[in-house]
Amino acid sequence: MEAREQLRILDRIEGGSSFAGKIREIHKFPLTAKGIDILQINMGRLCNLTCRHCHVEAGPHRTEIMERPVLAKCLEILHAFPISTIDITGGAPEMNPHLEWFITEATRLNRRLIVRSNLTLLFEEPYRHFMDVFTRNKVEIVTSLPDHLASKSDRQRGAGVFRKVIAAMRELNTRGYGMPGTGLCIDIVHNPVGAYLPGPQAALSHEYRERLLAEQGIRFNQLFCLTNLPIGRYLEYLIESDNFEDYMSALCHSFNPAAVDNVMCLTTLSVGWNGSLYDCDFNQMLGLTVNHGAPDNIMDFDIEKLRNREIVIKNHCYGCVAGSGSSCQGATTGV
Amino acid sequence: MNYYEPKDLADFPNIAEWAADQGNKFFDYYGAATGAGKLTEREKSLIALTVAMTQNCPYCIDAYTTKCMSLGISSEEMMEAAHVGAAMMAGVTLAHTTQMRKIIKKKEM
Repeated sequence: MEAREQLRILDRIEGGSSFAGKIREIHKFPLTAKGIDILQINMGRLCNLTCRHCHVEAGPHRTEIMERPVLAKCLEILHAFPISTIDITGGAPEMNPHLEWFITEATRLNRRLIVRSNLTLLFEEPYRHFMDVFTRNKVEIVTSLPDHLASKSDRQRGAGVFRKVIAAMRELNTRGYGMPGTGLCIDIVHNPVGAYLPGPQAALSHEYRERLLAEQGIRFNQLFCLTNLPIGRYLEYLIESDNFEDYMSALCHSFNPAAVDNVMCLTTLSVGWNGSLYDCDFNQMLGLTVNHGAPDNIMDFDIEKLRNREIVIKNHCYGCVAGSGSSCQGATTGV
Repeated sequence: MNYYEPKDLADFPNIAEWAADQGNKFFDYYGAATGAGKLTEREKSLIALTVAMTQNCPYCIDAYTTKCMSLGISSEEMMEAAHVGAAMMAGVTLAHTTQMRKIIKKKEM
C-alpha cells in the first residue's frame, strides 16, 4: 500500500484523539530530540523473506539498496561525532554488497555495532561468510523470533523460517554468541503474531529463555518486545482481518505518558537507502522525512539542527507509547 | 444497541462511577489478586480466562484471551485450561446429583 494511503487511513481514528492531540493534552508537544545516540542505517529493502508483519514491506522483489557513497557519508559522520550506537537494519542487510566493508570500517570506530539479521541467509551462498564477519567484528546480532513455537512463528514469517533461525542460533552459540564472558551478544525480538499487544518483557523473556533452552538447546542475551506498528504489511493485515479499529483502540487506550519520555526517536536518527533522514524506521516507511528546518538528507548533515529537531508525529506513533512502550531496543518503561 | 457490545469493554475502568470508594477498593483488590505473586501472571491469567468462560462473561473472555496471547500462552494451553473449566462444570453438576439422588431415595417407595 502506498505511504500516502497508509497515512490517510491512520488519520481516521474513531472516537479517539490524534497522537499530536494526546501529546498536547499531557503538555509535551512538540516532541523534541534530545541528541543523537543511535544512527540507524537501513541498508535497503531487499530481503529473502516476505514476512506478513513487515513494516518495510521488504522482499526479494525490492530493488532499493543503499549505495557506497551514502555509507561512506555515514562513516564520516560517525567519525566526526560521538554517536554511541550504529544500528544496521533492512531488509536483509547481508544482501547489500557493501555490508562487509561497512562492518569492517565501523568496527574501527569502537562503537556499539548492531546488525539486525534474520539469520536465514547465514547457511546460504554467497552469504555464508557473514557468520565469520559478525563473529570477528563482535557485531551484536538482533534477530526476529516472533514466538518460541515454530508453528506460530512460521505463520508470520513463512514455512521453515523458524527451523533455519534456530539452526543459525545454535551455530552462533557454538561460536560464543549468547554465552557469558565472550562479549558476543545475540538478542531476540518478540512481536505479537496477530492483532494484540506484547505482554511484559520480563515475563516473555523468562518464557523464551526456558523454552528455547529446554526445547531447542539455545541461549540468547536479551529479548526485546516490539509492538507491531499499524503500517506496511501489518496495516494491510489489520484491515483485511477486520482488526484495524480494535487494534487502534487498544493502542489509544494503552497510551502511557511515561513511555513518551523514552520514545526512541528522541535519541535516534534513521537513514534511508537513498540517504534521506527520518526520526525512525517507521517514519521512513511512511516517507515522513525529518522536518521543521532540519536537513532531510545525510549529504546535508547538520548536527546542530538535527540533535534538537522537532519530531514528526502521526497516529502510528501510538504504537511506541502503548503499555510498557516499544522501541527497537525493546520496552521503554518498567522492565 | 445490543446488551453486550465489544466496545463496552473499554468502559471497565469506569465502573467505579457513582460508588467511587467501593469501586476503587475493588480495583486495588483486583490488581493485587491478578498480578504476579506466588503464582505467575501467566498462571493467573489462565485461571482468570477459565473462570470467565465458565461464568459466560464475554468481556472477561475477550480481555483474558488477548492477555493470554500477549503473555505468549499458546492456543493449545488455553484450550487445555478451558477443558479444566469444562470438566469442573461437569463435575460440579454431577456432584449435585447427590442431593437429587438423596431426595429421590428418600421420597420414592
